[in-house]
Amino acid sequence: MAAFLEVSNLVKSFGTNTVVKGVNFAFEKGEFISLLGPSGCGKTTILRMIAGFERPTSGSIRVDGEDLTHLKPNQRKLGMVFQAYALFPNLTVGDNIAFGLKIAGMPAEQRRARVEEMLKLIGLPGFEKRFPYEMSGGQQQRVALARAIAPKPRLLLLDEPLSALDAKIRVSLREEIRAIQQDLGITTVFVTHDQEEAMSISDRIVVMNAGNLDQMGSPHEIYNRPSTRFVATFVGQLNTLPEATFGPSRAIRPELISLAPRPETDTTLTGTISDVGFLGSVVRLRVDVAGTPINIDTFNINTATPPQRGDTVTLHLAAKDVLTLGA
Amino acid sequence: MTDTAAKPHRRIPWDSLAVLPFVIFAVMFLFLPTLSLMGAAFTDRTGNFTFENIAGLFTDQILAAYWISIRISGASAILGALIGLALTLAIIRGKLPQGLRSAVMTFSGVASNFAGVPLAFAFIATLGRLGLVTIILKTVFGFDMYRSGFNLFSFWGLTLTYLYFQIPLMVLTIAPAIDGLKKEWNEAAQTLGANTSQFWRYIGFPILWPSVLGTLSLLFANAFGAIATAWALTGSNLNIVTVLLYNQIRGDALQNPGLGAALALGMIVITSLANVIYLIVAARAERWMK
Amino acid sequence: MKSQKFWAWLVFILGGAYFIVPLAATFEFSLRMRRGEYSFDAYASVFADPYFASSFTYSVIVGLFTIVVGILVVVPAVYFVRLRMPWLRPFMEFVTLLPLVIPALVLVYGYIRLYGSSSLIPFTGSVLGTDILLTCAYVTLALPYMYRAVDNGMRTIDIGTLTEAAQIAGANQLQIIGQIILPNILIAILSGAFLTFAIVIGEFTIASLLNRPAFGPYLVGIGTNRAYEPAALAIISFIITWGAMGMINVLGRFAPRTSARTD
Repeated sequence: MAAFLEVSNLVKSFGTNTVVKGVNFAFEKGEFISLLGPSGCGKTTILRMIAGFERPTSGSIRVDGEDLTHLKPNQRKLGMVFQAYALFPNLTVGDNIAFGLKIAGMPAEQRRARVEEMLKLIGLPGFEKRFPYEMSGGQQQRVALARAIAPKPRLLLLDEPLSALDAKIRVSLREEIRAIQQDLGITTVFVTHDQEEAMSISDRIVVMNAGNLDQMGSPHEIYNRPSTRFVATFVGQLNTLPEATFGPSRAIRPELISLAPRPETDTTLTGTISDVGFLGSVVRLRVDVAGTPINIDTFNINTATPPQRGDTVTLHLAAKDVLTLGA
Repeated sequence: MTDTAAKPHRRIPWDSLAVLPFVIFAVMFLFLPTLSLMGAAFTDRTGNFTFENIAGLFTDQILAAYWISIRISGASAILGALIGLALTLAIIRGKLPQGLRSAVMTFSGVASNFAGVPLAFAFIATLGRLGLVTIILKTVFGFDMYRSGFNLFSFWGLTLTYLYFQIPLMVLTIAPAIDGLKKEWNEAAQTLGANTSQFWRYIGFPILWPSVLGTLSLLFANAFGAIATAWALTGSNLNIVTVLLYNQIRGDALQNPGLGAALALGMIVITSLANVIYLIVAARAERWMK
Repeated sequence: MKSQKFWAWLVFILGGAYFIVPLAATFEFSLRMRRGEYSFDAYASVFADPYFASSFTYSVIVGLFTIVVGILVVVPAVYFVRLRMPWLRPFMEFVTLLPLVIPALVLVYGYIRLYGSSSLIPFTGSVLGTDILLTCAYVTLALPYMYRAVDNGMRTIDIGTLTEAAQIAGANQLQIIGQIILPNILIAILSGAFLTFAIVIGEFTIASLLNRPAFGPYLVGIGTNRAYEPAALAIISFIITWGAMGMINVLGRFAPRTSARTD
């Protein structure tokens, strides 16, 4: 099957500063893709080049076989949701959602039906007469989503759409976005710096670092088989193991260390608990192993007494779980 | 904000005392003078209530004076607003070098205050009969402005002069509103298929409209009450309402103090009307604002 | 995109020409006093005129008093209304808008009627009284600008928190205003002061109707009697205005930045 979204050798320089250094990726129709990385890694620049707001220094962007690279933003038939909602403040919710349809010349009657359909989809039926300022941030962002998908775009671009929202709404809205995306089967590119967000919502993740694509794969691959040191440390928690016992650049995820022996255990370490953090379902222990701090995540067991600060514990590891960090 | 409950007896009079000078000032130098004029406008020479002064405004000379003032103020306000808006859009959104913007803003601050007598002098030196531009046009291009009907001491001459402070005032008041237009609104409109003119038609101008309108009423009042420039430029040649009133105050030119008060009252009514029209239109246009 | 930039440049150049040409023309005109060659004779003639010095000095002194009275009237009122009497804010906004709506000519007409020599408060009955009335009229004229400058200054520094912090530290009301609030809004006050100065220095209408020997009426007198001196005076006035505005710009660089919490 041919790729639906194809980015080839994409480079973007601002003056002498190259922020995207030759990125390639290709995705299929209907996939939910996250561009993940710290601020300044080039992920937003890539999204803005796909949208047409930035002109690539070199390289090309193709959607559904069509080369978009030199099209104006208003000719690309893409939908975009912005971090700060960017709803038009002078238009009602209904007129905001209908804006793209009106520009495309859809008759008023059909527009109204489509707006109603969209409001139902985002769970805000009956809100068409409201103005943006009369709504909460989460509601505004849902309207922005409806506005972006109402004209049935080929591609949906989400530029950190959740970062301006409260923690609770962030989680519920991201689940909603994922549900709507799967419902409509719309290919989606999602930019975020939050690795947990990217993991929970994506079919595939592109991890960016300083203008380069470090790794591309499913959340499962990215987390369990990080291909670079940067990916390993940026995605999830990681303990660097003492060099004396394990050799250089060895690391392990906190949840893969256990306090009790397991069948696959082949190495043990002894240490003293220096801190206990109770996170609800998980209890995070900080253990001092001969001067090296190691974090361990264990499940909360409601009947047992949790470990105490100062306890001496034995850590059980399996060699197959130890990651070797590359460059 | 803070606990005034602790020492209410000592604090409240203290606070009121601090606001008192302001209130006294407002009463003595804004409210009372205005009210006194209003009263005088409805009082005859013997102190009785009358509508005669108001009726006296409806003579050809006085109506013509109001009318030419309204036309000059309206023309200089509308042109000033349009040109000022274009200039502000050019420096803020026209991708011009960043330095130009601050240069224009600084200059606007100066030019908007460069009104009155010196401004008239400057325009006489430029567009008067012996002004530099007049002479250059005549000697270099063979075009005699004054033969072609131009006169600095006329409606268009005064309007052109007023624009020198009206345009900068528009630039200064509208710039924050244009800064408030978020880049994302334009980008969102573009991804939804809108071109530049569609963005301005449906989003940009509707958002700016209340600010433009508010500035327009400010510019109108600004020109309507102006006298120094007109006086220095034309003396008593141009029959605008401020010149008429000035002569009345100096030497009772209308030979009726009550009529003078009515003239002043008429001016307040007209500038207030401009503001009321603005408030009504803005309230309708600003339904979407907090 | 190309055409957008072209139009921007075109508008800028046309606008720039409209504003620069009169200044250039006036300057050129002011140099023409001596026949056949450029000279600064017009300027020399202006500076040699004793009425120039006396009227200018008079206007500067009135301007300084206007600034002081303006500060005394506006600063405490804005402070206490912001802090304790927010319900008075709409009233203040309304009052400070009035001078923009009611023409100065109308106001001064009211003053002359109300404060004439035979009235209860006969300001115009004596020279000193007329000077005081002129100062008060100028304070009124500058009220919108002084109010806005001070109000912006107080919003920027979040006076509520500052006042609470000072109270906890044991300061009394006078110490709070004098030692905490004033130094922090000094820049804003000075901006308002320079703007006031720019408005007052060449003011003609009120000064001439109150018959005071100010700079504005002097300018008009020169305008009717001389040919080249008015152009020189226009340039001098422009430079004075530029100086006052330039000071505001310079001061702006020292202004405190907006604090995190604003109301």
